[in-house]
Amino acid sequence: MHCKGNSLYANASMEDRSFMGKDLLGIRHVKKENIEKILMKAGSYKQADLEKKIPSPLLQGKTVVNLFFEPSTRTRMSFEKAAANLGGTVMNFDRLTSSVQKGETLVDTVKTIESLGVEGIILRHSLAGAPQVAGRAVKIPVINGGDGCHEHPTQALLDIFTIHERKGGTAGLKVLFVGDVLHSRVARSNLWGLLKLGAEVTVVGPLTLLPPGLKEMGVKVSTDLDSCLEEAEVIYMLRLQMERQKRGYFPSIGEYKKYFGLTGERVKRISPFAVIMHPGPVVPGIEMDQSVMEDSRCLVQEQVKNGVFVRMAVLELWIAGEVN
Amino acid sequence: MYTLIKGGTVLNPPGGLFKKMDILIQEGVITEIAPGIERETAQVIDASNLLVVPGLVDPHVHLREPGGEGKETIRSGCASAAAGGYTSVACMPNTRPVMDNRLIVEHVKSTAAREGVVRVYPIGAITRGSLGEELAEMGLMVQQGIVAVSDDGQPVDSASIMLSAMQYAAMFDLPVISHCEERSLAQGGSMHYGLQSTLLGVKGIPDAAEAVMASRDILLAELAGARLHIAHVSSAKTVDFIKMARAKGLKVTAEVTPHHLILTDEDIDGFDTSFKMNPPLRSREDRSALREALRDGTIDMIATDHAPHSILDKDVEFEEAPFGVVGLETALPLVFTELVEPGILTLEQAVFALSCSPARFLGIEGGSIQVGVQADLTLINPKAEKVVDKNTFYSKGKNTPFHGRKVRGLPVMTLVGGRVVMKDGLVKGA
Repeated sequence: MHCKGNSLYANASMEDRSFMGKDLLGIRHVKKENIEKILMKAGSYKQADLEKKIPSPLLQGKTVVNLFFEPSTRTRMSFEKAAANLGGTVMNFDRLTSSVQKGETLVDTVKTIESLGVEGIILRHSLAGAPQVAGRAVKIPVINGGDGCHEHPTQALLDIFTIHERKGGTAGLKVLFVGDVLHSRVARSNLWGLLKLGAEVTVVGPLTLLPPGLKEMGVKVSTDLDSCLEEAEVIYMLRLQMERQKRGYFPSIGEYKKYFGLTGERVKRISPFAVIMHPGPVVPGIEMDQSVMEDSRCLVQEQVKNGVFVRMAVLELWIAGEVN
Repeated sequence: MYTLIKGGTVLNPPGGLFKKMDILIQEGVITEIAPGIERETAQVIDASNLLVVPGLVDPHVHLREPGGEGKETIRSGCASAAAGGYTSVACMPNTRPVMDNRLIVEHVKSTAAREGVVRVYPIGAITRGSLGEELAEMGLMVQQGIVAVSDDGQPVDSASIMLSAMQYAAMFDLPVISHCEERSLAQGGSMHYGLQSTLLGVKGIPDAAEAVMASRDILLAELAGARLHIAHVSSAKTVDFIKMARAKGLKVTAEVTPHHLILTDEDIDGFDTSFKMNPPLRSREDRSALREALRDGTIDMIATDHAPHSILDKDVEFEEAPFGVVGLETALPLVFTELVEPGILTLEQAVFALSCSPARFLGIEGGSIQVGVQADLTLINPKAEKVVDKNTFYSKGKNTPFHGRKVRGLPVMTLVGGRVVMKDGLVKGA
């Protein structure tokens, strides 16, 4: 394994929350040094975990609400575990039994939650910008747990953490995103983070699933997966939603797989030092074959594991301290 | 009963006066325009250091009444118009129920006559319920006084219905105002399709969604020999098609809004729903093309597309929020500050686009200052400045993207038929 850029763990300093903003809405507006700070903290949590040390109960006596308007397994549970590790209490919000069914607006819902006396809200929503609306409505911090096709900042942070851990850094690192960038909040947050940290990012996918303006963002765009594979150091497979086919974005799953699937055949051509990532949930046989999932270079489980440490760092920085 | 406006610089575009004149008004009608008029019995309005222009005419507003009184009423919309220097507005039929028959036209007209401080000209629906399926009773609505037909807010999806509508409207020389939007391209979108929509993760509406429909309607207007007016042009591509139509000598006119002339999709930050309207704010290139088209006359007039919404309607997720921004109380100072002062438009071009041109298009009174016409006048203080404050609006809608913006060139008096309906920003009886 070769090392790139500065080590993130070299220079731990005391945090200053005030310049990070009340809410964590997206990676776009998080400064590079703050990204590095979060990764560093996550690194210490992971290190402590390896050493079987119990982290300080920074969230003791504090409650965060998992306000999830969209289904989620790993993000919700990861935040729950992270909060529990820090001694906090998590309340889960169930959309189906809530007043949202009676037509309550998002603004009213978050104001109600704030009135309960909780210390923070983790919001997952199907519409872009929902955390901005929520954040403006309340004084407590709002952490974006994924909003529509906009951002999923903690996913990007855990991805970048995992990349750092395996590749030693991101400066100059060749990262390839494959698939449905158009509908992917994971891709957007990762693009912002990786570009800020100096990676060379390429996206590859059918033109129907690549949004406009990527080149202006500083991203290379390709439609030929095979020509991108060999030099890629990180291959990040994006989740393909089956229902997209019906909307006319591509003709069939079979054809999609032929051009953009990470098959066992294709994996033979990637570098032995490359890593393969996926935000989950993986449906085997579409974006990648089952054999690829079992490849030692595939970091899917590592990503999930690191998610807890990264979210502990986020909870510490945004919620454990006094509200800005 | 005489009113005498003394010492103002009178503009009467195109090519009319541009000098200091007094204007004498008798029984609501202009009876004399000359320097140094004296009339002892007259009520004198001192207009020194002010511009006197034909009252502004907005060919595209949403007054929301009947059915949307929580967002605006005819009374509040008219007060908003008067505050902004407008003397006439043409109101769109997307009320509830839709203004697709003579009874609602009559209702709107009589309510406006009773409660409105400016003149209100209803626009009838093209199709029943604006559903795009059957023609509305245009002829009966014409008898009741509509000035145009439009299904604004909705495109007429079927080309064949649109063709029939144009052919039918041509019998009455009635303009058909097209809200150009190819629905299958635009559906689900909330902002311009481009880098900004990618960054915000919001579904984009490509400029082609507008231009495809504009080109279709231009072809249909040619076939029908009808008058076609393209509402709220937002893209350079649409401008190109309008140019082609003009070159062919077709009866095609077009309007543009202050927000499309001033803002771009880059101004949408933090998911502020005050920046969400349809068509959406587009790119810098589009904005340049719109400015140039207004300057060279390809686009004939400025319309606000005043679309009030309640705070509750707009305080939601960006993609859930209704389209539309208010415009009546900001249009004049914005055009003055952002287009006239930087030299993009001359003052005369601006007044022409805000008053004379829409009045001609609608075939209504107003839009000129001459002896024998109704004294619909707006007095402007070109030096006066303010910071736009949505909380001071007469409109019930506070949904403006210009809150907090410094503007110059304020309307200080509005006269409708010689009657002062707004003075120093205060609207009579509102």
